[in-house]
Amino acid sequence: MTQTRARALLLTPAGLWYAALLLLPLAVVLIFSFGERSAIGGYAPGFTLEQYANLPARFAAFRNTLTLAPVGTLASLLIAYPLAYFLAVKVSPKWKTMLLVLVIVPFWTSILIRSYAWIFLLGGKGIPALLDVIGLADVRLLNTPFAVLVGIVYGYLPLMVFPIYVALEKLDKRLLEAAADLGTPPWRAFLQITLPLSMPGVLTGSMLVFILLMGEFLIPAILGGGKVFFVGNALVDLFLQSRNWAFGSAVAVALVVIMLITVGIYTRLVKRFGASRDDVGLM
Amino acid sequence: MKDDNTPISRKAFMEELRRYQKGSVTRRHFLGVTGLGTAAAVMGGAIPGFLPSRARAQDIGDRVVLATWPNYHDPANFDAFTDATGAYTQVNVFGSNEEMLAKIQAGGSGWDVFVPTNYAIPTYVEAGLIEPLDLSKIPNFDAAAFEKRFSDAGTIDGVVYGVPKNWGTTGIAFNSDKTGGVVDSWKAFFDGARDQWDGRVMVHDYQLTTIGNALVYHGFSFNSVDPSELAQAEKLLIDVKPHLYAISSDYQPAMRNGDAWLTMCWTGDGKQMNTDMPEIGFALGKEGGEIWSDYYAIPKDAPHKEAAYALINYLLTPEVNAREALAHGYPVADSRTNALLPEELLNDPIIYPAAEALSPLEFGAAVTLTDPNRAELMARFKSA
Repeated sequence: MTQTRARALLLTPAGLWYAALLLLPLAVVLIFSFGERSAIGGYAPGFTLEQYANLPARFAAFRNTLTLAPVGTLASLLIAYPLAYFLAVKVSPKWKTMLLVLVIVPFWTSILIRSYAWIFLLGGKGIPALLDVIGLADVRLLNTPFAVLVGIVYGYLPLMVFPIYVALEKLDKRLLEAAADLGTPPWRAFLQITLPLSMPGVLTGSMLVFILLMGEFLIPAILGGGKVFFVGNALVDLFLQSRNWAFGSAVAVALVVIMLITVGIYTRLVKRFGASRDDVGLM
Repeated sequence: MKDDNTPISRKAFMEELRRYQKGSVTRRHFLGVTGLGTAAAVMGGAIPGFLPSRARAQDIGDRVVLATWPNYHDPANFDAFTDATGAYTQVNVFGSNEEMLAKIQAGGSGWDVFVPTNYAIPTYVEAGLIEPLDLSKIPNFDAAAFEKRFSDAGTIDGVVYGVPKNWGTTGIAFNSDKTGGVVDSWKAFFDGARDQWDGRVMVHDYQLTTIGNALVYHGFSFNSVDPSELAQAEKLLIDVKPHLYAISSDYQPAMRNGDAWLTMCWTGDGKQMNTDMPEIGFALGKEGGEIWSDYYAIPKDAPHKEAAYALINYLLTPEVNAREALAHGYPVADSRTNALLPEELLNDPIIYPAAEALSPLEFGAAVTLTDPNRAELMARFKSA
């Protein structure tokens, strides 16, 4: 009994933190979403489902987000997996630390500044100028969905690399030796041992990247030239330009609901693929 | 505490020091009565970067927060203001009046001075968000020196809420090397965007000007909120969108490096680009467009009001204002300031266009800021 009470007491700070910083703001957003836009913009109290009825007006934003977020996650995964494999399995311990630091270092600079760097790389005097030399004249890269994808993969790659790296690092090498002793070719050992055992890392990394991508607005704004519109950009515009806080809240609620569904699916996948590997799981 | 310069006796100084050490008086009070604050302010003025906590002559605090537009000030003037008063200027830059309004509406913006455009002021007054100005604290503002059409939007029902900063126009900047000459109509601008300048044209991320100029293309008023006229403007914008280089109010970088050839452009940006790259020209749309005037105003909840008045008063000093104009290239409505500007600036057709070029232009109307249909149109255009 006292143990239960002590546990409850110890959980109180975390509970308050959770309530004040997560539940309370969410409740405010939910209440706002049933309100109206006041005459000069902003929020006017009310109870209407009108904002939710208007959600189809942001269909394009949801479509773009729900397309580029999975594509961006997949692209990050395809680049991150070999990199993490190389770092965890192939590199000698002497080089490992240095290479890991190299993966982290970009995080020390603001994503804003790093994205601006891509403006110069993708702009007319950057990579297109090089392509021009080899005969690909007049290629446009900046302010396209491609530029946004490049920015996304570049910005989120470390978040994908580390969970996979951790999963591969913990891999019991004796399993691979045993497989080799029993005559399994390396590619098959990879598919049957390495890949399944690294799945928790893959899922964690994918989830981290996917959830953050769902709320992304900076990279589309900077590298998409205002032409590639995500839900995050719709939210910024609704709160800061149209000043329709009620509609903005409804869009935010819809986004949260989509994320909750996604996380629900993720939790099920984790249970299936890595029940015992909760150490690298997200929740 | 206002009398900073009274000498203090050795005994009184020690008493104050003890009280300060015991914590019974604040550091602010201690610096004030002992005169150390003044000393610090003087030293701060002599050593750039050393920020004193008190001003020299009057107590205006150590900072003033200014919300303004991009490329709109001479940073050297802020340094000089710090030297003179001990208060440093923290600058926040914005891209639209809508964004400024949203920040102030949300409360706690922390701004002391901001720069609304003529058409936004009635909304601020109606919502009770800005302070009626105490003109006795802005002696450098001389209403008689200002051209009325650029200063009257600051006064509502006889109460002064804003004093004029600069005025200007929203026209077209074009890279004549690429466009093959002057582009001075919105017809050419939007038609060319879909045709010979495909992928090279920029419009503002700003409903007032982007929708306004699309309305002007069709021969409607820049300020129209008529649903059928807005529908035609929307059709044009959505039709043009796939051909645009970008939707952004930060167009100088793309224009300067040659990625964009044409953009909607404010006077001063046009002047700045033209000065550095003569092939970039600036023209007003002959069908019409926007003429505007910006104002200095103080939000009701400004945390450093005295500093706000001091900054506005300082920036309206004709000599200071002239230095500003030389740096940013926006015209001034103050005849005292204009008297100090070089002749070639006053005759520059970008900064001071001929009267007949200005006559088709319209001032933005208050309703365009709050009209929900224009806001939603812009959002549909961007998310299309």
